[in-house]
Amino acid sequence: MTREFWINGVLALLLLAAPFIALAFGESFYVTLATRVAILALAAVGLNLALGLGGLVSFGHAAFFGIGGYAAGLLAAEGLASMPLIWLVGAVVAGLVALATGAVSLRTSGVYFIMITLAFAQMIYYFVISWPTLGGEDGLSLALRNEFPFVNTLKPLNFFLIAYGLLLLALFVFARLRASRFGAALEGARQNETRLASLGIEVFPVRLWAFVLSAMITSVAGALYADLNRFVSPSMLSWHMSGELIVIVLLGGVGRLFGPVAGAAVFVLLEFALGGLTERWQLFLGLILLGTVLFARGGLLALFAGKARHG
Amino acid sequence: MTFALFAEQLLNGLQFGVTLFLMAAGLTLIFGVMGLINLAHGSLYMVGAFACAAVAAWTGSFWLGLVASLAAAAGAGALVELLVIRRLYDRDHLDQVLATFALILIFSEAMRWLFGPFPLYLDMPALLQGAIILPGGIEYPLYRLAIIVIGIAVAIGLHLLIARTRIGMRIRAGSSDREMIAALGVDIGKLYTIVFALGAALAGFAGALVGVNQSVQVGMGEPVLILAFVVIVIGGIGSLRGALIGALLVGVIDTMGRFLLPQAFMLVMEPSAAATTGASLASMLIYVVMALILAFRPRGLFAPA
Amino acid sequence: MAEPVLALSDLAKSFGALKVTDDVSLDLRPGEVHALIGPNGAGKSTLIHQIAGSLRPDAGEIRFLGHDVGQLSVAKRARLGLARSFQVSSLLLDFSALRNVMLAVQARQGSSFNFWHPVMTDRELRDRAMAMLERVGLAGRAQVAVGALSHGERRRLEIAVALGLEPKAFLLDEPMAGMGPEGSKELTRFLDGLRQEAPILLIEHDMDAVFALADRISVLFYGRIIASGSPAEIRADAEVRKAYLGEPQ
Repeated sequence: MTREFWINGVLALLLLAAPFIALAFGESFYVTLATRVAILALAAVGLNLALGLGGLVSFGHAAFFGIGGYAAGLLAAEGLASMPLIWLVGAVVAGLVALATGAVSLRTSGVYFIMITLAFAQMIYYFVISWPTLGGEDGLSLALRNEFPFVNTLKPLNFFLIAYGLLLLALFVFARLRASRFGAALEGARQNETRLASLGIEVFPVRLWAFVLSAMITSVAGALYADLNRFVSPSMLSWHMSGELIVIVLLGGVGRLFGPVAGAAVFVLLEFALGGLTERWQLFLGLILLGTVLFARGGLLALFAGKARHG
Repeated sequence: MTFALFAEQLLNGLQFGVTLFLMAAGLTLIFGVMGLINLAHGSLYMVGAFACAAVAAWTGSFWLGLVASLAAAAGAGALVELLVIRRLYDRDHLDQVLATFALILIFSEAMRWLFGPFPLYLDMPALLQGAIILPGGIEYPLYRLAIIVIGIAVAIGLHLLIARTRIGMRIRAGSSDREMIAALGVDIGKLYTIVFALGAALAGFAGALVGVNQSVQVGMGEPVLILAFVVIVIGGIGSLRGALIGALLVGVIDTMGRFLLPQAFMLVMEPSAAATTGASLASMLIYVVMALILAFRPRGLFAPA
Repeated sequence: MAEPVLALSDLAKSFGALKVTDDVSLDLRPGEVHALIGPNGAGKSTLIHQIAGSLRPDAGEIRFLGHDVGQLSVAKRARLGLARSFQVSSLLLDFSALRNVMLAVQARQGSSFNFWHPVMTDRELRDRAMAMLERVGLAGRAQVAVGALSHGERRRLEIAVALGLEPKAFLLDEPMAGMGPEGSKELTRFLDGLRQEAPILLIEHDMDAVFALADRISVLFYGRIIASGSPAEIRADAEVRKAYLGEPQ
């Protein structure tokens, strides 16, 4: 067992323990904070699939996050308040959008890909704020949290456990994918596209699949996020959101299994701690980010678990 | 719909395109010469607008404000290049994206700190107030027309700068062969700072010009930045000519789409539904055009080899 | 005479006014090593690119195992059985030696869309890859990341990756580049045995290796083939001597 394995285990346990400890001290606010960590980590696990394994710097994952959110808002308004159904619908729509936009953007690479994914996400953002039934700039609010079979989702701890369970599931899927033949091809394409083609593996469909799966995972996180806030706003689709997801992946460690979890925890804690200290917390967030990029390459997990190892 | 209205919208599109060009020119130069993707370019646009508004309010002269916008944006650009950007040239695009995203947060918060949470307003200079009658009886605001003229002048000036001057020659050499230019004894660090400051000045200038027509506030650069990305992706990253044509294309298509689509839907729908459907589809139009162009030319219309 | 495995006929490619491939016809027959030599800038690399599919010729035909492959992508040609090794090593740097070869074996089996089963516990995949590493003498270095391998080891790993594809023809672009004399000799012996498995089109600057291995040699000079024949014929050819004069290899 490597050092990273143990660190991952500790991270998973810490996140699970946090809301229980918080409740024991009667601080239910921290349950919400832990739920927020789990949800953002889930979204970032999705992005990590494209960004970390595939090397695809998508600056448009807010679109998929938002699609999940709006799926929750719209279906709830129609009286279809079942979470699993919402996740499914959101994931299918996000997958289809990723298929269409990926088909165009994956024909390009490098900086073109970054800008095009950003532009497509922006297109969806403008569509959503101008389409009359989607609530415009105000977004949609959810009267009640959506339902999950046999569970009272209104209890914060239960809702946390749902988000946490999905996060573990996504991490499991990520780990299986990374270890599979598909994962080998995807990571190969990141390292050397020419080599992959000369082995007889077409790079485009491999990347397109990764992009679609990545979008689907992120959309489920979006639906949970809407349920957490009982509110869907266009800001879920904004490019700041896309940027924050990349920040989370990078803070934790690109391509590492628990990178998104570590990144989300740090991000939410920073936001909370700095937000409590100063009104200008974004300034300090910016400075910390800048410092991380310039001086602490490889993210947090690299700091504690060493450079990434590949079998 | 009258001809005059149509022509006015077309001119609005051109005016929009010209301001996009001022943004896109800097982005594409910086990418072409240094290989850097700069998300904070929109922040420099904002810096220019704030500098112009503040100095114009203080001195009462829009023109001094305009000079201040150039100086402030160029200064901020040079500073950022020296402190941060030059550490990023050898990094991958992901690091560049992250670091310049961090710069946006820093710039936005700094502006809020300096100028408070409320938007500033810029008065139109007296010289450019009112409208002018163009041939064909079209009445058009003088200020907007001036932007078009200024933008075209800047485009010509930039072209001459790059094609005719010593510094332009170095910029061209820098984008095709970095080692060569270093071997020629050109101080590459200085050249990069100058190019970055030049791009920043253009962005700040655009911010100041646009600040008259809308409020000057934090975050104003971001929508323009993303459209400028669309422009250089369409035009081909690194190409100044591509940036100009892309910008005019985006400006005109976006403006005309917003003007014509609701009217087109009115032919088949009742007016209020047509207005909203048309408006929301118009907001997507430019991205659809981008996707179509990329489907046929993945590296844009004028991508340098 | 046996049907050629790979046949180029009247291949032409220009960059602007410069003809980099000028009416090249060439074939590769079963069981042989056909060496392609020529001074730097003769157009060897552009020719390799056209055969592998990363460059489209302006005119002419490329037939591989009877198929016209001129319009096929790099990946499709590779799947037909054309294995290419690279002049500048282009291995997957984050992967171990073993995983580099495993990916080749996986590509050969044509199953990169299995999303679920871990490759590292796939005995068959692993064993095959290990067998290839053993053949090039790298079995002991299987778990080492490519980044930590020596230059010579990387050259051998390139060959192991090509072997993993179980190709119908090898396209080896300067496999000896940067190897010491000892390594070159060893690799020459190895390639000598390899021709039984599939014929080799060998681009190489190391003339000792070329003359030791080649059944036939073609000489490329400014995009044209100026001579083609057995090693003895090439050694005696006046035009070849002229082309190489002042540029001893």
